[in-house]
Amino acid sequence: MNRVIRKRKALTVRPLKSSQTVGAVLAIQGMANAMPLLHGSQGCSAFTKVFFVRHFREPIAMQTTAMDQTSTIMGADDNLVEALATLSAKSGASLIGVIATGLAATQGCDLPRVLHRFRQEYPQWADRTIIPIMAPDFVGSQESGFALAVLAMVEHLVTPRPWTAIPTPRINVLASSALTPGDLEALQELLAAFGLQPAFLPDLSDSLDGHLAEGDYRPTTTGGTPLSFFAQVHQACATLVIGRSLFPAAEALQRRCPMPVLRFEHLMGLDATDTLVTELCRLSGVPAPAQVVRWRRQMLDAMLDTHFYLGQQRVAIAGEPDLVVGLHQLCAEMGVNTVAAVVPDCASTNHGLDLTVGDLDDLETLAVREKATLLVGNSHLAETAQRLHLPLLCAGMPIFDRLGDFRRTRIGYRGGRDTLFEMANQLLASHAHGVAPYRSRLRPVNASLESVHHEQHMAKAAHPSWPGSASHG
Amino acid sequence: MQNSEVARLLDEPACQHNTPEKVTCAKLKPGATAGGCSFDGAQITLFPISDVAHIVHGPIGCAGSSWDGRGSLSSGPELHRLGLTTDLSEQEIIMGRGEKKLLFAIKTAVERWRPAAVFVYQTCVTALIGDDLEAVCRTAQTAFGLPVILVDAAGFYGTKNLGNRIAGETLVQQVVGTREPDPVLPRPEMRIHAVNLVGEFNIAGEFWQIAPLLDELGIRVLCTLAGDARFHEVQTMHRAEVTMLVCSKALVNVARQLEEKYAIPWFEGSFYGMRDTSEALRRMAQLTGDPDLQQRTEALVAREEALLEQKLAPWRTLLQGKRALLYTGGVKSWSVVSALQDLGMTVVATGVKKSTQQDRERIVELMGEETVFIEEGNPRLMLDLFRQQRADVFIAGGRNMFTALKARLPFLDINQEREQAYAGYAGLPELARQLDITLNSPIWERVRRPVSWMTPA
Ligand code: SF4
Repeated sequence: MNRVIRKRKALTVRPLKSSQTVGAVLAIQGMANAMPLLHGSQGCSAFTKVFFVRHFREPIAMQTTAMDQTSTIMGADDNLVEALATLSAKSGASLIGVIATGLAATQGCDLPRVLHRFRQEYPQWADRTIIPIMAPDFVGSQESGFALAVLAMVEHLVTPRPWTAIPTPRINVLASSALTPGDLEALQELLAAFGLQPAFLPDLSDSLDGHLAEGDYRPTTTGGTPLSFFAQVHQACATLVIGRSLFPAAEALQRRCPMPVLRFEHLMGLDATDTLVTELCRLSGVPAPAQVVRWRRQMLDAMLDTHFYLGQQRVAIAGEPDLVVGLHQLCAEMGVNTVAAVVPDCASTNHGLDLTVGDLDDLETLAVREKATLLVGNSHLAETAQRLHLPLLCAGMPIFDRLGDFRRTRIGYRGGRDTLFEMANQLLASHAHGVAPYRSRLRPVNASLESVHHEQHMAKAAHPSWPGSASHG
Repeated sequence: MQNSEVARLLDEPACQHNTPEKVTCAKLKPGATAGGCSFDGAQITLFPISDVAHIVHGPIGCAGSSWDGRGSLSSGPELHRLGLTTDLSEQEIIMGRGEKKLLFAIKTAVERWRPAAVFVYQTCVTALIGDDLEAVCRTAQTAFGLPVILVDAAGFYGTKNLGNRIAGETLVQQVVGTREPDPVLPRPEMRIHAVNLVGEFNIAGEFWQIAPLLDELGIRVLCTLAGDARFHEVQTMHRAEVTMLVCSKALVNVARQLEEKYAIPWFEGSFYGMRDTSEALRRMAQLTGDPDLQQRTEALVAREEALLEQKLAPWRTLLQGKRALLYTGGVKSWSVVSALQDLGMTVVATGVKKSTQQDRERIVELMGEETVFIEEGNPRLMLDLFRQQRADVFIAGGRNMFTALKARLPFLDINQEREQAYAGYAGLPELARQLDITLNSPIWERVRRPVSWMTPA
């Protein structure tokens, strides 16, 4: 139950994967006053922009080095230098994430060398922070691209220094792309309940949570992790990292500043949240605040109420590994069987369940074969769900066919509570409960009354009733 | 594709960009560029042919975040919504296994869906490493016995616009003229005429708002490019009597070449707004040279316009005198202006970044000399202009939506991804309704109102 299954197939159908490049862009969106610059042809940035605009329903900061026929063949270093100069002068960005696409990588571009050249030619922009990120689309997927960008920022911006170790409320939080802005907000509240002050890297809850800001139009990101994060990184009581994809970034941070690191593969379900709360009690030296205890009780109650409907269900999940592993755990705690888990790519093994590397077509095949009763995944699964007459819990990216789901909270006690309710409600809505009406052929029919009776019967059958109540028998 | 071929495509004789004041086709500026690549343009043009298996050859970046953008609807097969791609990995690129994988991908698609044809799309990485896609397509065509067509429009060749042209060129050179139209039942009371609608994408079903009118007139649409189109329809485009270029300069090369090769006259028109819809129908009838059709067209126009006038009356009272700032590409800059004027609105400024000299003249004709032209789609400039011009509503493509909304301004989406259909006589009341929803919404006063306890950030 721990394998990563890779099928060899020539044709990807209904892709689950969006590229590493997309993931790196997302990480930069979580930085304050920042601009991702895609080093490649313009199409990649236009597609990525539309992808995120549709998902978050927010303006998305983005630029491109606009490689054309000539620069693709002759070398595109000039494009990159020119783009950096233009952005430095015009956008006012204090951080520029230079992200090499598949085209630039295939061409063999050497980002550090070109950045060096830019520094020499444009000393006036020395105050601009520039992070080189190699994130070609022919390797990995969105999650790994996001992780690469976070790792690059840690490597470039955290200077080695001793850990202050003085009692401090600050806690560094590295959160993988599996966490939505709503997840981050909930985590922030949980940490604050213990008197801790989280500093997120990156912080999508501040930039892409869907808020109407005061102030005028800006081409760069509005909100996100400020650059001061990196200078103050050592003044934290610990670093909390969520998502296996970010473990390398956390290790890089720890190498530069040896401090305790709390590692979580995810924060979904009761077990993981309990572990986190236990750690937070220890870290902060205070018992769990009343509010947190309340949240936990609510989740327990939700587990009781929903287990009738969720128990023995068969879920098929598609998404990036960190998300799939968390959702699987949430399901497993409720007695929901994960019968298919499809990921776009996966570098590591031993996730506690079998992961199939594939596309949404594979998910559909598995869901049919394994008789799934519930699907979990992005908006592209809506059609599959319709075809198979199965409910769909929206998670991952992109979500474009319903509003507000981009920020739905699924982690922690409250996220767990609401997700269980949502799942149970979807199952209720999609299944006609009870036994199908049976009319004996030997039973005489009173034609005039028949239609009335029939309607009443149908109404009763469609109505979800108390578990174990008479209508089930 | 060779540089010289790209240059030839850019140098479109029927395109008014080829004037001293070249508007587009200029070199892109690194760090200050918006808009899609040539592959994007090609897929937008061709994907709507919905019984073709469209395979994007390259790593995941090109198809992974763009597939199934919807917008263009099909009444039948939906192969265009499958996001087919070879999803090349690093190993496959390094080891040069791309061509082989593509061949297997085509085989898979042919066996599974039995498509009418396969289109293979070149992308940046595969173009750079020099995969011989021509050869793969030839092999596949022979082996699987169906047309396998290479669409050589890698992203770095240039803009979306160039991609549109490459796509059009590919169809004219390789598909059009390879089959005769199936016969249709004659109608005793009228002669049936055949037309092409080039540049009609059936966004949100707009073509279906026009098609009933054409049916009534006995005008058979041999093919649209490419909303709700099928491969066999594209094959028969050479048999049309008239080509209408619908709101799309990008495919002007198709109309021109159909004229050159098959002597099919063409005209440029729009189905947005009452006047333009009537005008388009009239031109079509006129170019067929059938006086009976012209007469019946006049009757239909009179009937539809009278009906529409009635329907629009209540909307006009709500929209009369409202000021719109329009930022949209090319032909839409004038076609939408006319629709808005039909509703009694004033258009105070319009985007002309992608417009030709001809488009500009049309705009001046429609809007008068004092029209403000927006040359550059910079959000900052547009917002300033909005305030200067005391505009009431911002009308643009989806990507600008949040620029407007974040500035607390009413907005209407006019581009490819939208969900409402605005074409023809049926579309105008819907356009009015959508404008009213945003313009006269009670939210604006509330979202703009300052509250004392909130300090501005
Ligand atoms: S620019 Fe090139 S790599 Fe990027 S999406 Fe377009 S074709 Fe693909």
